[in-house]
Amino acid sequence: MSSLYGVREYSRIAEIRGPLLIVEGVRKVSYDEIVEVELSDGSRRRGRVLDVSSNIAVVQVFEGTTGITTTGTKVRFLGRALELPVSEDMLGRIFNGLGELIDGGPEIVAGEKYDINGSPINPAIRAYPEDFIQTGISAIDGMNTLVRGQKLPIFSGSGLPHNRLAVQIARQASVKGQNEEFAVIFAAIGIKYDDYIFFKKFFEETGALNRVAMFVNLADEPAMIRLVTPRVALTLAEYLAYEVGMHILVILTDMTNYAEALREISAAREEVPGRQGYPGYMYSDLASIYERAGRVHGKEGSITQIPILTMPNDDITHPIPDLTGYITEGQIVLSRDLYNKGIYPPINVLMSLSRLMKEGIGKGKTREDHSQVSDQLYAAYSRGVELRSLAAVIGEESLNVNDRKFLKFADLFEKKFLKQGIRENRDVETTLDIAWELFAELPEEELTNIKEETIKKYHPKYRAII
Amino acid sequence: MKVRGRIKRISGPLVIADNMAGVQMYEMVRVGEERLIGEVTRIKGDTAYLQVYESTTGLKPGDPVEGTGSPLSVELGPGLLGNIYDGVQRPLSSIIDYLNKIGSSRSIFIERGVDVSPLSRDKKWYFTPSALNTGDSVSSGDVIGVVQETGLIAHKVLLPPGMQGKVSWIAPEGSYSIVDPIAEIKVNGEVKEVYMMQRWPVRTPRPYRLKLEPSEPLITGIRIIDTLFPMAKGGTGMIPGGFGTGKTVTLHGLAQWSSANVIIYIGCGERGNEMTEVLERFPTYKDPWSGKPLMERTVLIANTSNMPVAAREASIYVGVTIAEYYRDMGYDVLLVADSTSRWAEALREIAGRLEEMPAEEGYPSYLASRLAEFYERAGRVKAYGSPERIGSVTLVGAVSPPGGDFTEPVTTHTRRFARVFWALDTSLAYRRHYPAINWISSYSAYVDTVSDWWSKNVDPEWKSYREEIMGILVRENELQEIVRLIGVESLDEKDKLILDVARMIKDGFLKQNAFDPVDAFSTPKKQFELMKLIIDYYRDATKKVEGGTPASRVKELLGRLYVDIVKARFSVPNEKLEMIYKLKKEALKAISSA
Repeated sequence: MSSLYGVREYSRIAEIRGPLLIVEGVRKVSYDEIVEVELSDGSRRRGRVLDVSSNIAVVQVFEGTTGITTTGTKVRFLGRALELPVSEDMLGRIFNGLGELIDGGPEIVAGEKYDINGSPINPAIRAYPEDFIQTGISAIDGMNTLVRGQKLPIFSGSGLPHNRLAVQIARQASVKGQNEEFAVIFAAIGIKYDDYIFFKKFFEETGALNRVAMFVNLADEPAMIRLVTPRVALTLAEYLAYEVGMHILVILTDMTNYAEALREISAAREEVPGRQGYPGYMYSDLASIYERAGRVHGKEGSITQIPILTMPNDDITHPIPDLTGYITEGQIVLSRDLYNKGIYPPINVLMSLSRLMKEGIGKGKTREDHSQVSDQLYAAYSRGVELRSLAAVIGEESLNVNDRKFLKFADLFEKKFLKQGIRENRDVETTLDIAWELFAELPEEELTNIKEETIKKYHPKYRAII
Repeated sequence: MKVRGRIKRISGPLVIADNMAGVQMYEMVRVGEERLIGEVTRIKGDTAYLQVYESTTGLKPGDPVEGTGSPLSVELGPGLLGNIYDGVQRPLSSIIDYLNKIGSSRSIFIERGVDVSPLSRDKKWYFTPSALNTGDSVSSGDVIGVVQETGLIAHKVLLPPGMQGKVSWIAPEGSYSIVDPIAEIKVNGEVKEVYMMQRWPVRTPRPYRLKLEPSEPLITGIRIIDTLFPMAKGGTGMIPGGFGTGKTVTLHGLAQWSSANVIIYIGCGERGNEMTEVLERFPTYKDPWSGKPLMERTVLIANTSNMPVAAREASIYVGVTIAEYYRDMGYDVLLVADSTSRWAEALREIAGRLEEMPAEEGYPSYLASRLAEFYERAGRVKAYGSPERIGSVTLVGAVSPPGGDFTEPVTTHTRRFARVFWALDTSLAYRRHYPAINWISSYSAYVDTVSDWWSKNVDPEWKSYREEIMGILVRENELQEIVRLIGVESLDEKDKLILDVARMIKDGFLKQNAFDPVDAFSTPKKQFELMKLIIDYYRDATKKVEGGTPASRVKELLGRLYVDIVKARFSVPNEKLEMIYKLKKEALKAISSA
């Protein structure tokens, strides 16, 4: 942004509409420039330029326009885009949604400043993610494997334990054969105060705080800041990953609040709405966040993203989860039914998916039987679930013997494979062995997804003899 | 005269400039001091509306805008294959080298205003001239000479469209760069130089002599596609599906296995890692038809979802123009676009910024005509020039309907123009039945046109077996409705057999593991033999059931052979089909005692 002008101040406000100020008589204002608004009482707010023509600028005020008057207000254009000064010392600290320290600790010596919007990574320099991350959670490691550099969201619903799951992943995530822990960057986007306390307490308790940076925008803070918070967090993540060479896990919660803020600003600008009032560019906008994950050639570090979103009315076809699913590399879907049955983590494996799984598993990475075991688990469990709904109509006794075995398999799968403790950290071998125990409940000729020699090697029936 | 104007207003990717009188519609322009690439999309008086292909952050009113005098064009010539370009044909790998060379610390990112030529000016190509003599008449499309572009593709240097005259000089065999003249043609007394490179405006289809009927199948090795819903060379197809249904895996499969000579892969508003996957894997994967690395026949166009949205709109045209160029050399080209929905959304976003009247769901009213124009650029054609050449462009677009709802505008309009419909089904994907192509709602308009090929090259009975397998699947679908209400036991024995055989078809034929070395690619012969195995079993079993044996007894007699049949897709390699004959003999014998 070298070609920008210095600070310019104007005070002719023509209109205030929702979070927008329309400023007249401006000259040489650039698109996306950052703005400081000084109210008549001397207090200051920040904003940015959304639209600019010869002498009119549309400014979005992050903290909202409450109390702003058309007279006596000064609008200063700062001649730069929104930037974040980054440094390694930011780990262990807590920031607000705009990236300013709020933990009361000492100031951080500011490093280089980066434009929070980032730039798209050149696809030709990306390295395909393929390092298996062991989360210690069977439903993820066994069937929806996470790899380093992946973006894998959790699709949840109000009241489901997505926060607990995210924290468990953050605590347990490790890469086999490497002692190096992940540094966690946590962006809280419009979350409730008690959720914030939950996360903060966890990080303090586990002594993890010194490898965590938190960016917090609470539910009662201005919505417009939510558009900035994930970008600030990812700017730090990119610095730590690609400049310092660290492995970063970014947790963004709750992206639904982000999308709501996006809709609000779009409505205020009177844009042509897309589905359900969300702007037509929401896909590109979300992509500009989610695509800031990955690995690149020639750089040590990586960014793994776990965005969390609550599906409005548990509806996966709602635009927020829908567009997210089109961008991310899979999704972990939580189920209210399983949760009500007392199963934690309540992961609906059938609706969940990890697109990068195939590269992260197998001989030398997890175990040679992994992909076949996963395929077989899917096939058998989905058949069991299908039969369950059939049995509900025609009665269990009208099913044949084989079908009843699948019905039982589905129950056991949920109780033994899915269900585990909040602090239970299963290694991937244990996860796969549990699966084999479950397969032993099925007739051997029904294991059509597994090759003969694999069955001979891992099936409990043959293992017992050895 | 180049037009020079000034920016008046900036709103996202849309820039309005005035003092632009004389600029052409769709002319390429340079915007701002960083000379960002843009294109004129509307003219009103001396005001021009520009869509800018790079981020507009930092632009300001008063910045200069400069016309280039020509519409957005691509460079065509040797060096395209194996390359990766962005939506306006900037070479992404060369950009990294360029940024490293100038010492940029941010070379992993795509920075704005970087200006690198799509085709290398330095690289020398070994040119072999055609047998042409001074004074010979040549016209557009004539092959002037040949360059071995990759191990797979001999690049024919064509006289550009519209050029006609007499040869006054042709370069001798040797190494030349794409900016060295390789021939001189006298056109109406004026001598014009011919290069290995030519330019073509992306929004104008390249001319051809004659369009032919697409009658030869494009073999993909994917059983449900080749056998049930075949694609023809020069045909058009669409793959709609919600997220996670396997659009990208299917498209990768097409790019990897299909019997085309050249593949153009457009990542249009999709994930960066998917382009990386192609870039990293294709140089190591072998083309099943020639054994050479796949990258030697592939051109990648990448406008990932976080790259500027206006370039997404252009990427489709850039891709199809390159496809037509190789078609004109006489090659069969397959273009896959993932996803055309993102392209349509880019149209919608720009239309919204232009404050155009929206039609359905905010899409502009010209969505349908733009889709039609795009799909009409497919076809099997006789090219201009000599020697005579027949080439084809096959277009396949993924469609990403919001919420998996096929009644949305992009899906419904595309259905009108694409003749093959591979509907991906969320419920199949949840069951991990891949490829999740629904066999009830999918269709292909090329079944009849390609059946001649199958009966000549594979088996005369192909069509009747195909009809029988479809018949069983359709019947099974009806039966499932009944089973859901009253259970299996109340069905009659023949219907129970249909359920058993349908499961065999689904597990042993339709399912295909794209990552299994044996299963991923089935030759036409293997596809036919697998189908025949199951249907022949079904025919015999039907006779037994009609003779009074219960379906469950027939299955019992088959015993473990059932598993062998279902697993044949990944236990029998393409070159060992006798294993299938043996298996069939055993299966028919096992049930003969009934």
